[in-house]
Amino acid sequence: MEFKPRIVAFLCNWCSYTGADLAGTSRMEYKPNVRIIRVMCSGRVEPTFVLKAFANGADGVLICGCHPGDCHYQEGNYRCLRRYLLLQKYIRQIGIEPERLKLEWISASEGKQFAELVNSFTEKIKELGPSKIKDTIRTFA
Amino acid sequence: MEETKPKLKLAVYWAAACGGCCVSVLDVHEKLFDIISAADLVFWPIALDTKYHDVEKMPDGYIDITLFNGAIRNTENEEMAKLLRKKSKILVAYGSCAHLGGIPGLANFTTKDEIFKRVYFESESVVNEKNLIPVPEYKAEEGTLFLPSFYNDVRALSQVTEPDYYLPGCPPQSERLLEVFKAIVSGAELPPKGSVIGAETKTQCDECIRKKTENKRIKKFYRPWEIKDDGITCFMEQGVLCMGPATRAGCGYRCIKGNAPCRGCYGPPPGVPDPGAKMMSAVASIIDEKDPEGINKILEDLADPAGTFYRFSLPVSLIRRKIL
Ligand code: SF4
Ligand code: SF4
Ligand code: SF4
Ligand code: FES
Repeated sequence: MEFKPRIVAFLCNWCSYTGADLAGTSRMEYKPNVRIIRVMCSGRVEPTFVLKAFANGADGVLICGCHPGDCHYQEGNYRCLRRYLLLQKYIRQIGIEPERLKLEWISASEGKQFAELVNSFTEKIKELGPSKIKDTIRTFA
Repeated sequence: MEETKPKLKLAVYWAAACGGCCVSVLDVHEKLFDIISAADLVFWPIALDTKYHDVEKMPDGYIDITLFNGAIRNTENEEMAKLLRKKSKILVAYGSCAHLGGIPGLANFTTKDEIFKRVYFESESVVNEKNLIPVPEYKAEEGTLFLPSFYNDVRALSQVTEPDYYLPGCPPQSERLLEVFKAIVSGAELPPKGSVIGAETKTQCDECIRKKTENKRIKKFYRPWEIKDDGITCFMEQGVLCMGPATRAGCGYRCIKGNAPCRGCYGPPPGVPDPGAKMMSAVASIIDEKDPEGINKILEDLADPAGTFYRFSLPVSLIRRKIL
């Protein structure tokens, strides 16, 4: 059976969500594997959200925010960047491939970039194959 | 005055434990006499010679309170957890190991095979010429011998049976044990089943005596021995990791009073499903850097983020073991 990755994408309301919207209204085609969750700012994405997504079966997690300097709350995307880099360290230690988590900056006008990002990320996750996290943590051995 | 009320029956059991929790019960010192005057100790392997089969013979619900310490790491631990659940009216997960998996839970960063390899073959102090490892069943001339089987995963008590309460700490503060014990003896109304008792609902930081500055940021993390602590300023603001932001208050900030950062033994405060994730937020907030390379350089100071953030809680955290 073909592996259809399940990807959770947290998009900030002001830039990235609008960018994703633009990809849609411009009828750009992109892979249907992302479940988009709109957050007010990438700085709202707590590490708990990411870990919960993985624990509940996400094969990949994508976080998108405004480009550096463009965050509507000034510093939110920097906070997000720091959390992301620390999460990367942690997930590597706990045995999750770091490629399953990705952070990108997408502006409101970057519909095309968003579509390309989703496609390339989906491809990457397909290469990695299904995540074993959910099964591992539900089965005690 | 003569006793009027019947005495309570009390049990204390250790599963995968270090012994510290049992000692913390003794640490109530002369107050132990108050406990003994209100309760009979019916089972306590560290101090009494009661056998498992004596417990099996007790009617269900015979024991009023069992303080169960230690994590679940083998079949014996699990069987005793289930047996004591059946025999006790109130089963308390006592201490970090029973509450969260605790220090033994760090074994979830590895596997049974790895642990056996290290312990029975590689350890510097081991000579094992015949390459022997323990087996759960052995047929000797005199009959078959059994040993408990070792699990791949370490679990908290709540992952094998249903405790009534959780009394956190590595080990719990003896004063808090006395408070809880007195409350039970007095017949006061008990908190709802599943509650954390003998602790606060706030975080260590909320109660902390150290000086905090709004929006203070740092450029570097230090191991505690690398800097001279000024004894006054918040550890995090001096660049020393402190689990205070992700830890429940209630120990009376034991470590901080002793000029050591909190390591998180009281577990997460209410509403925080994953102490490590909470700690990652706190660490990310205090770093003064916007450039990815610069941030990574600062993060390199953290030798073992996973082991530090989940020191006591790995088995109950969201990703509760290493993914292989
Ligand atoms: S909670 Fe701490 S003191 Fe108690 S058994 Fe575990 S390691 Fe020992
Ligand atoms: S981080 Fe530690 S030292 Fe700082 S306020 Fe919190 S508990 Fe106190
Ligand atoms: S300060 Fe932290 S590590 Fe120390 S006893 Fe209290 S909760 Fe545990
Ligand atoms: S508003 Fe877009 S990242 Fe903060």
